[in-house]
Amino acid sequence: MDWVIEARNITKTYRMGEFDVEALRNVSFTIERGEALSIMGPSGSGKSTMMNTLGCLDKPTSGEYILDGESVADMDDDQLASVRNRKVGFVFQSFNLLSRLTALGNVELPLRYSGLTDGRRERAQAALEAVGLKDRMTHRPYELSGGQQQRVAVARAIVNDPAMIMADEPTGNLDSKVGKEIVDLLLSLNKERGTTLIIVTHDPYIAEQTQRVIRLRDGEIDSSVEENKGRKK
Amino acid sequence: MSFTQAVFEALESLNGNKMRSGLTVLGIVIGVAAVIAMLAVGNGAQASITGSISSIGTNLLFVFSGPPPNGPPGPGDQRSGNNERPLTLADAAAIADPFAAPSVESAAPAIQGNGTITFAGENSTTTISGVTPAYSLVRNLELAEGEFINEEHMNGVMSVVVLGPETAEAIFGHADGVVGETIRIEGQPFRVIGVLVAKGGGAFGSEDNAAYIPFSTAQARLIKRASRDEIDVLFVQATSAESVPLAVDEISNILRQRHRTPIGVDDFTIFTQQDFLSTFATITGVLTIFLGGIAGISLLVGGIGIMNIMLVSVTERTREIGLRKALGARKRDILLQFLTESSLLSLIGGIIGIMFGWLIAFVVGQVAAATGNNFTPIVGTDAILLSTSFSAIIGLFFGIYPASRAANLEPVEALRYE
Repeated sequence: MDWVIEARNITKTYRMGEFDVEALRNVSFTIERGEALSIMGPSGSGKSTMMNTLGCLDKPTSGEYILDGESVADMDDDQLASVRNRKVGFVFQSFNLLSRLTALGNVELPLRYSGLTDGRRERAQAALEAVGLKDRMTHRPYELSGGQQQRVAVARAIVNDPAMIMADEPTGNLDSKVGKEIVDLLLSLNKERGTTLIIVTHDPYIAEQTQRVIRLRDGEIDSSVEENKGRKK
Repeated sequence: MSFTQAVFEALESLNGNKMRSGLTVLGIVIGVAAVIAMLAVGNGAQASITGSISSIGTNLLFVFSGPPPNGPPGPGDQRSGNNERPLTLADAAAIADPFAAPSVESAAPAIQGNGTITFAGENSTTTISGVTPAYSLVRNLELAEGEFINEEHMNGVMSVVVLGPETAEAIFGHADGVVGETIRIEGQPFRVIGVLVAKGGGAFGSEDNAAYIPFSTAQARLIKRASRDEIDVLFVQATSAESVPLAVDEISNILRQRHRTPIGVDDFTIFTQQDFLSTFATITGVLTIFLGGIAGISLLVGGIGIMNIMLVSVTERTREIGLRKALGARKRDILLQFLTESSLLSLIGGIIGIMFGWLIAFVVGQVAAATGNNFTPIVGTDAILLSTSFSAIIGLFFGIYPASRAANLEPVEALRYE
């Protein structure tokens, strides 16, 4: 199989004062290239830790994590930064756009850290066109609606042609209609480009639309529920 | 990220917070301007003082009675011992002898005292010098009108006086057309025979505020000394600036022989132009460093201002830093970003500060010129280089801490920051 993500026995421990808290316990799973899946779970179930680990923002305490053929567990900070830059596109709940920069400037940002010197503008324009913001390129974030801002963020996530898009509650700050549009956009990008999509969400409606749902409970995968979904789509 | 890109991005970010950036830059501007202006004033003072010393003549020597202040003390400390002899007219004559002292061009003995000059109710207190005709040669005195003291006046012990222009101004109200008038010095009548050309302030008080009378007259009537031929100071002109050290040796030998002083215990002191120059250079050098140091402190305060603002900026932009890291920024990218911002702040401040400091120096010069002081602040390349590099270093130094704090933020923590 062509795995984008192979996670084996991942454990993440935080030290909280005197105690060690296990946020993830011995989690193992794989994600196929081009798959769209949701990660669900109640607060404190390890969702955020899972997202941070899969997104290479943080390293697992133990276990093996292979992202698109690269073993991440032993990398140093700069190597992780490079992996994030090349392989992961983030979409955040609060958009996280830089207000000084135009839409185009925001989308260009990951390319600045890629060491790419030529064709940045063109690639950023193409990404904005792909999310339907062709005529909003020179607008600054505060001149855009929430939905448009999140589209800019999506364009920023796909501009470097990553192996996967990591969306953390992408609709959390949007009303349901606009939220649906964003989810549709993410799913269509997943289909058209074959970019693996991982959505961390509370919303069962969103989870329904992905091929698979990973449910977390107390830092472990609740496998009984996962099987229910199967691969409908 | 390339360097130009970093600079561009830093400018963008500084531009996004104009008020704050402007105030931070202002701190550096004031610091650099202060350094430039202070050093300029210090250098100007130095140039002005050394200039006025040089105007006395580089081949001039001064011989005083008494041992050198920092000479070696003799056995039983003979500094105030009874062996000490004052300089005399005979000493002056011996030194002026071209065979005994070939490097000496001429020697002018003088006795000096303060006296009150009166004319028609106006009075003025000034330095009265009893001098010989050689004095005008040695000191390069020029006459605006009349003549200087000559041998005839000396031999006749005549009551004549040559006035400095300031003194003439003080008692007559004008400095021209006063030759032939009779004034009183300490109550005794003297006829004015000449007025000197204004020279400006000298290193030993104004030479323009003085009155010169024949040595013999001073000795006999005004300035009494223990013996008839005792003198206060001997002005010696060497044949050239190069022969000054030779002249010092010759004069020393003559005086040691004549005063029969024990070896190593001189009862006279010779000052050369060079001694004065180096003394004043030391004084003004210390002054300049002192002024520059005070100005440097304000530059340091400006640097702390940069650090302060950068720390605030890092805290404020924690989420931005987290985002940039999530998008693939490495530590050194973030470090470079913030260092570029702080360096740009200090660089811009430095450039404006140089111009501003220059302006201050110029204004000080104009004010000095307007008040009649011969003083021009000098903005040296060294001051510019010093303050520019100092402000750049300050920008870097005070930028490093905030920048490394930014660079070392954990992306997860930073993204979560509210």
